[in-house]
Amino acid sequence: MNKTTTTVKPVFHVQDMNLWYGNNQALKNVHLEIPENEVTAVIGPSGCGKSTFVKTLNLMVKRIPSVKLSGELHFNGQNILKDKVDLVNLRKQIGMIFQKGNPFPQSIYDNVAYGPRIHGMKRKKELDEVVETSLKQVALWDEVKDRLNSSALGLSGGQQQRLCIARAIATKPSVVLMDEPTSALDPVSTLRIEQLISELKNQYTIVIVTHNMQQAARISDQTAFFLHGEIIEASDTDSLFSVPSDRRTEDYISGRFG
Amino acid sequence: MENKAALSAGERLIKSKRNRSLGELRGKILVTLCALIMITATVSVTIFLTVKGLQSFLVNHVSPIEFLTSTNWNPLADDPSYGALPFIFGSLAVTFLSALIAAPLGIGGAIFMTEIAPSWGRKVLQPVIELLVGIPSVVYGFIGLTILVPFIREHGTGTGFSILAGTIVLSIMILPTITTIATDAMGALPSSLREGSLALGATRWQTIRKVLLPAALPSLLTAVVLGMARAFGEALAVQMVIGNVRSLPASLLDPSATLTTIITLNMGHTTYGSVENNTLWSMGLILLIISFVFILIVRYLSSRRKI
Ligand SMILES: Nc1ncnc2c1ncn2[C@@H]1O[C@H](COP(=O)(O)OP(=O)(O)OP(=O)(O)O)[C@@H](O)[C@H]1O
Ligand SMILES: [Mg+2]
Repeated sequence: MNKTTTTVKPVFHVQDMNLWYGNNQALKNVHLEIPENEVTAVIGPSGCGKSTFVKTLNLMVKRIPSVKLSGELHFNGQNILKDKVDLVNLRKQIGMIFQKGNPFPQSIYDNVAYGPRIHGMKRKKELDEVVETSLKQVALWDEVKDRLNSSALGLSGGQQQRLCIARAIATKPSVVLMDEPTSALDPVSTLRIEQLISELKNQYTIVIVTHNMQQAARISDQTAFFLHGEIIEASDTDSLFSVPSDRRTEDYISGRFG
Repeated sequence: MENKAALSAGERLIKSKRNRSLGELRGKILVTLCALIMITATVSVTIFLTVKGLQSFLVNHVSPIEFLTSTNWNPLADDPSYGALPFIFGSLAVTFLSALIAAPLGIGGAIFMTEIAPSWGRKVLQPVIELLVGIPSVVYGFIGLTILVPFIREHGTGTGFSILAGTIVLSIMILPTITTIATDAMGALPSSLREGSLALGATRWQTIRKVLLPAALPSLLTAVVLGMARAFGEALAVQMVIGNVRSLPASLLDPSATLTTIITLNMGHTTYGSVENNTLWSMGLILLIISFVFILIVRYLSSRRKI
């Protein structure tokens, strides 16, 4: 584990970022650095802005008409709030996994091939290769290799979630955002996804929202604690959980509220 | 002491159940009655139509083969012939052609309302659609007769009364059906599909074309088939613009007739029980059978709905 995060170049550099849904401010003066090839966990009570925060990182919040943003959000050195960014290109580099697996009602193969296809990959051989390696990376290949052409909706919840991860990494992103990826899964599937995350972090920068404190402690290198839209505390996971510097963090992780 | 309290609580439970079950029973009888009346009505109409529709074949010995395949309709000749093919063809032609026009328009409108401009698009298009539904058939026919028929006459060949005129009038009439059902189908798609696709870097258009439309396809087809069923059964407006001739049309600009228009035109001046009157019932039976096929298609499509 790389603890000296300051030496690693941050993939995201968030500074004084504010977000409003209409008049309701959901993010307040958020400041955070997200280092490369590490797992950053985002924790906090319900409604504190965790989902909003990760959806801001790939500018998904811009889909909502009432959203207003201010501040700075640098992705690989470019302020994607100010500069005119190509959303297609940005989201190709930033994959996203949702709380509930959301495979398209298509075949397993077409699900994984979806990203590469829309980004212009046409040759069958190339696509086959991407589908296979992506499915292997999420340890789903052996389970589905004989039924690649059957519907993805026939998979179990855990398999669907891993398929969605495969679909996200098939576009070869550098960052993967996960919003409570295991909250709808059983413990065994959850464990598999956690193992997967540990393996993926060699190649990807991962930001994961979780309600499960043990999960955050198990898999993340850095943890950010959100409360009412503010980051109360963000530091490396071990020290945040063992010696929290803020009283509210301590209350939260010891289960006194939230 | 405790035992007694438990007992009375138990009794209370039973009592309140008894009170409630009386009301339950009354409601149950009422809705069962409604269901029975509906079933009886449907079954009687079907039986009546089947019996009447078969009479021309069983009693009057009209050949069913001739009825279905001959193009010669001449019930008043000395040697009468009863070929209904031109009308069957006319009905199917206007139905499919109007669906061909209305389906892309309706689905396009649905996409506009759900994906492109969900906030104001719906506000503008919804009342337009409701208005279209509210306009009576005769008004559609009248407008077609006054504007469409002369227009076709001037810019094409013939009198203007034509399959084309019937098709255009019908496609506007079935547009609301298709648009409404297609809008519901698109709106019912979970937004996780949209987000999933956009998060992979797809554009909005790619998302619509490659994820949303395929996902909604069975429901969209249902919308089109229901629109076709509506077109197939429409009589009045079509009758006013289609020309009502007995021969097979050779082109879109030729006049034609449909099963429904022939029935409405002739039922008045044929005597009940005559051969011609009976053959009209046979056409009614064919309408019923084909509508039934439409329903079967819709059921099949709904069972294949993916989400
Ligand atoms: N689309 C939206 N429009 C308006 N307000 C919203 C919207 N989405 C979220 N909010 C508000 O923003 C705040 C933060 O919501 P968010 O979903 O980010 O919380 P969260 O931390 O992810 O909660 P949870 O743990 O329950 O998922 C909440 O007060 C919420 O009501
Ligand atoms: Mg959330």
